[in-house]
Amino acid sequence: MIEVLRAGPLATVQDLGRPGWRDRGLSLCGAMDDFALQAGNLLVGNPGDAAALEFTLDAATLRFHADACIAITGSDAEATIDGRPLRPWWRDTVRAGQTLQLGAPRERMRSYVAVRGGIAVPAVLGSRSTDLKAGFGGLAGRALRKGDRLPLLDAQLPPGAGTRRVGMRAPDWNATLRVLPGPEHGDFSAAALAAFEATDWAVTPQSNRMGYRLSGPALARERGGELASHGVLPGVVQVPPSGQPIVLLADAQTTGGYPRIAVVIRADLWKLGQLRLGSRLRFVPCTPDEAVAAWRAQRLLLDQMRSGL
Amino acid sequence: MSELSVHPLGEAALCCTLAPPVSLELQQRIWQLADGLRDTVGVQALIPGMNNLTLAFDPLRTDAATLEAAVQTAWARPARRPRAGRLVEIPVVYDGADLDDVARHCQLAPDEVVRRHTQAAYIVYFLGFQPGFAYLAGLDESLHMPRRAEPRVSVPAGSVGIGGAQTGIYPLATPGGWQLIGRTSMPLFDAQAQPPTALSPGDRVRFVAVNA
Repeated sequence: MIEVLRAGPLATVQDLGRPGWRDRGLSLCGAMDDFALQAGNLLVGNPGDAAALEFTLDAATLRFHADACIAITGSDAEATIDGRPLRPWWRDTVRAGQTLQLGAPRERMRSYVAVRGGIAVPAVLGSRSTDLKAGFGGLAGRALRKGDRLPLLDAQLPPGAGTRRVGMRAPDWNATLRVLPGPEHGDFSAAALAAFEATDWAVTPQSNRMGYRLSGPALARERGGELASHGVLPGVVQVPPSGQPIVLLADAQTTGGYPRIAVVIRADLWKLGQLRLGSRLRFVPCTPDEAVAAWRAQRLLLDQMRSGL
Repeated sequence: MSELSVHPLGEAALCCTLAPPVSLELQQRIWQLADGLRDTVGVQALIPGMNNLTLAFDPLRTDAATLEAAVQTAWARPARRPRAGRLVEIPVVYDGADLDDVARHCQLAPDEVVRRHTQAAYIVYFLGFQPGFAYLAGLDESLHMPRRAEPRVSVPAGSVGIGGAQTGIYPLATPGGWQLIGRTSMPLFDAQAQPPTALSPGDRVRFVAVNA
């Protein structure tokens, strides 16, 4: 069992989300940095999609009441176990009674704590992810707070755990997101399309797990009338009448009605999860083949980790 | 038959769209299209919208061209008998904060607004926006009314409202701009239930006025 001594403002239980219920209006949810979640799980010997803890922007303190094998991935935060520095993106061992101190990220946004066996909150509709808007999944459908106790599926350490050092290099992170044109791309003026790619878009404070609201030059749509409600997915870049784009993320609603100027490719979605409010991002065009190749390379890296560990 | 245009939505989704106008017959074809594609290799999610279907897939198991061909093949199949949706009766206490405003706007007595709202037979076209939020077709034209100029910061769960040509029920508390005419105690979303939403596409809905 893990006891939360300090959680920060937005700490949740997440796995890879709840994909099967979108046609009933349920958001995907799941880790904002899905690469870090999977890498952390693989480092501790879990399936990539096991439930782990996501911490946002702030420091956190966890006390372990059982021996555990853990890995911290995602942000560039510092972490210690009873004062001993812990190497991020490496497997480590915590003994019962020890305290994990996770610092605030320096430049990035989210840290993940994966624990061998996974966080054993009940699976709801096929996932342990927290749906904060609908208030279910995770721990009681809400963010973690001081005093919470998180059950672990299997706290048993495998023989020899902690003696073999296992880790990986943190992936290179930047705020350049590859995009493909969205269905309404052609409705926008040439000037708007040029500005879309030339602007360093600011991530406004009105951003959250549902989406990042960006600020920059207003993008004018030249053609096309009101759109009928249609399905949307994380990565879709909508342009509301204000002309200020919104990038949809893990907790986005399932349908929308704004024109879709672009879609961030699947392999770059994790980068958005590490982007801080107030920072800037840039969109660069790519091709569908490049997008699939990038996704394949990311999957391959995780598959190689799985078989190599 | 209406032409279905298929556009990529990123490298892992397709958006299949019919030209307006929306009709029940075409929406039934959209539901059938979704049913017909459910077991196609690599398909991960099928999200019906208004006159459209969004299909998410795993680009490492299939590709956009293969799926687009599968979509067009499925679309070319003859229409089946539409699925028989269930009739769901939703009890409503008509004491919404905007009922009098709606009555004034529609130049009707509040009781007449309630009578017309309960008399219509609605059809669930699709679910979206919130878990279990149903887009209902069939609102009496005399009850159409624009959304509020200032959306409410929080609309309670179970609120029944009118927004433009739409009527619906908010399953969960949310900010919202619809005109509120009543409330229901019937849960529209329950994560522990199977299925988790009270309404499904194709269901027929009737509102039944009840006392508080």
